Amino acid sequence: MAETLVPQPASDGSAERLARIRAGLSARHSRERRFRFYGIAAIAAALGFVAILFTMILYKGLPAFTQATLEVEVFFDPEVISVDPMPVQQQGQSQAEFRRAMTDWQRQATMVNWNRIVEAAVRNAAPGTEADSRQLLSIVETNARFELRDRFVADPGILGSTARVKMLASANADNWLKGNINRDLPDAQQQLAAPARELADRLYENGHIRFAFASHIFTNVDSRSAPASAGLAGAFVGSLYMMLVVIVLAVPIGVMSAVYLEEFAPKNRLTDLIEVNINNLAAVPSIVFGLLGAAVFINYFRLPLSAPLVGGLVLTLMTLPTVIIATRSALRAVPPSLRQAALGLGASKTQTVFHHVLPVTYPGILTATIIGVAQALGETAPLLLIGMNAFVAQIPGTPLDQSSALPVQIYLWQGNENRNFFEARTSAAIIVLLGLMLTLNAIAIFLRSRLERRK
Amino acid sequence: MNTALVAALLLLLLGFAYQAGWSRSRSLATTGGRLHSRPVYHGSLAAIWALVPALLVLALWTLFGTTATRAYIIAQLPAEIASQTGAALEGAIARIRQIESGFGVVGETAPYENAAAQALREFRLLTFAVVLASAAGTGAIGLWLARRRITTALRARNEVEKAVRIVLIACSVVAILTTVGIVASLLSEAIRFFTFVSPADFFFGTVWNPRFSTTGSGPSGEYGLLPLLWGTLMVAGIAIAVALPIGLMTAIYLSQYARPRVRSTIKPIVEVLAGIPTIVYGFFALVTVGPFLATLGQSLGLQIRATSALTAGVVMGIMIIPFISSLSDDVIRQVPRAMRDGSLGLGATKSETIKRVILPAALPGIVGAFLLAVSRAIGETMIVVLAAGNSPYLRLNPGEPVSTVTVTIVNQLTGDTDFASPQSLVAFALGLTLFAMTLVLNVAALYIVRRYREQYE
Repeated sequence: MAETLVPQPASDGSAERLARIRAGLSARHSRERRFRFYGIAAIAAALGFVAILFTMILYKGLPAFTQATLEVEVFFDPEVISVDPMPVQQQGQSQAEFRRAMTDWQRQATMVNWNRIVEAAVRNAAPGTEADSRQLLSIVETNARFELRDRFVADPGILGSTARVKMLASANADNWLKGNINRDLPDAQQQLAAPARELADRLYENGHIRFAFASHIFTNVDSRSAPASAGLAGAFVGSLYMMLVVIVLAVPIGVMSAVYLEEFAPKNRLTDLIEVNINNLAAVPSIVFGLLGAAVFINYFRLPLSAPLVGGLVLTLMTLPTVIIATRSALRAVPPSLRQAALGLGASKTQTVFHHVLPVTYPGILTATIIGVAQALGETAPLLLIGMNAFVAQIPGTPLDQSSALPVQIYLWQGNENRNFFEARTSAAIIVLLGLMLTLNAIAIFLRSRLERRK
Repeated sequence: MNTALVAALLLLLLGFAYQAGWSRSRSLATTGGRLHSRPVYHGSLAAIWALVPALLVLALWTLFGTTATRAYIIAQLPAEIASQTGAALEGAIARIRQIESGFGVVGETAPYENAAAQALREFRLLTFAVVLASAAGTGAIGLWLARRRITTALRARNEVEKAVRIVLIACSVVAILTTVGIVASLLSEAIRFFTFVSPADFFFGTVWNPRFSTTGSGPSGEYGLLPLLWGTLMVAGIAIAVALPIGLMTAIYLSQYARPRVRSTIKPIVEVLAGIPTIVYGFFALVTVGPFLATLGQSLGLQIRATSALTAGVVMGIMIIPFISSLSDDVIRQVPRAMRDGSLGLGATKSETIKRVILPAALPGIVGAFLLAVSRAIGETMIVVLAAGNSPYLRLNPGEPVSTVTVTIVNQLTGDTDFASPQSLVAFALGLTLFAMTLVLNVAALYIVRRYREQYE
């Protein structure tokens, strides 16, 4: 610091020196201001990134929670729906035989031209439309016919009557009505033909198409043939199973191993090695755990591909270091006087730890668990390697069934060819995932403050 | 086997054994004088003695039960069917199982099938009863032995504590087993890969073109690591270039300038960035940052692709900001206050104090944070899978698409390739490289940080 003031007797040249110092001072102060400005700029950049990220996700994702829904009178025309009466299980017929007869009947019901019923219903709602039947059906989601069939299979008595039915508009019609597509583009660049676009507008104007809350995002499973009806239910249940596996395995194992290392383990080479090993495991890339899962659980133990159980096991191994490290620091924060008091009154080492030290750390362990689970919930890469990126169109019944997971579903949806529609759908899925993680973290903070106050 | 029934019986055995040990020690205490351990421990010890043998029997059956049942079914089949192999035999076994379960099968059942199903039904019942009885029997013997051991002098507490200790040790071994599992699986599969491709070609090859897996063919294609490694380093370098200045300045401002209230609001908001799943960052990069950078480049006259090393690097940098800022914040706050006050007292401005006193003192910790951040960036997967463009060529321009080690691992293992083909196995060689790189970085960082802590504590 060459410019630092040195006390000098007031003598000749002092004015000159003072001037030099003044000049240096102002330069130093402007450097100070500049440094401060860099700091503020860095914080503004960091906060700006948070703001942009959340605004973008909300802006893109919120519209996907409402969806164009068609509500029309459907006539179950006996002329179109000509099928045999539903079979009944006869005396002496084996379960398998009856199933076969039932499947045959259902196949017959599926072979009915339900599209004609849908078409008649839509034409009825918008009389005099110019759209031909292909164009007309292009604004209704393809699963509408299966919904009508399911209605009929569940209640064959509906034949010949009229019912008010809600069906989803197709993804393209939804895009068109939401204005996601430039309306001035020429026909060749539009997904829908001109008469179909006109029909969609008319149905919207006369109230047959409305934007309704898209509850099917939460209740439906993923769908390829009917993208508008694709939902998160399967992925959600898959993630739920995995989180259960993580909680059941990672918490007891993690806490017990932390207790051993912190309270019982002798300080020697081996425990030192375990310590380094755990700290390193916490920083190993998640994809390496995926490789471990693929090689050991899938290839060696022959556990099923895409199963939430395997995903849960992989995530458990990943979460374990987090739980161990957090529990250890919670144990270290317990005042030694507590241990000494218990030991002094004649409690054994085990009694001291389990009756007096561990209960004090419950808030810390709980918080660590929830944070670990939230981390595991958002993990994608290792799940891709154990086959959870497969397309699964049903809700898994057990942790051994094929399943997807929330983050993997996001990955699959962002890759869908129907970009225009699935960008919003992906953002909606991200909102759901972030909402879940935020809830988990809020619960963690709430519980910690509750439990710590009670002490 | 009926899981719920077995679980209920085990619980019953547990409760009964505990009760037996407890009441026996109680009655001893009332007649025979002072007990060494409290009845709770005698009860627990009896429960351990009863439960462990029973669990062992059940574990043995789950290990060998399916094989035994299968062998029995095959033994019931007529010789000409049992001597078949492959799908025919499997189909026959499946039919028998279905008839036995009462669900029935489509078509007529042959008399031998009915007989086999009947025999299988009896076999299942019998084995279930035998396994259950032997589990209960060993449990009972264990309990009987445990109960006989109970005296006033029995050190039940010490024995229970020893059992607890064993369980604790077993749990801490899991972490070691994980590392052993990672190293063993990566090494063994990588060695299998190196039987197809020589390590020199892998580590020093400059062309990455694995081609598709064709059954029975040898190594078709070239497996050069360098393009992937280059892509990884380029993306990680861009990420660090974004994250290090922003993260470090944030940490400095928050710890040295900001008032406590500002600090306590801003710090959690910045740390929100650390909790966001990486797939969300990937989507953000793909949908927002990539197109933005492409338009920006266009207006500057530069050719930047929407999916490029730059896009992935910038977004990864955003992800790493809180990582660097909170780690550096910790180390900056550990610098003794006296050093700071001394510098300020000599007339240095705040920024001079920070630049010439605090940062040099905190440097080892910051280097540790930097190394951990690099290790994070190298191992990051989803952002680069979505936003880096997947093009494994050696290119200098960061505006062009690249591919990284992690992306290639995902690509090679998620396709329809045979697990034993070099196209799949190369993922493990890549994983081994990645693991080795991050291991070195992590251990170095941990060592530096630990030494630094010792210096000031």
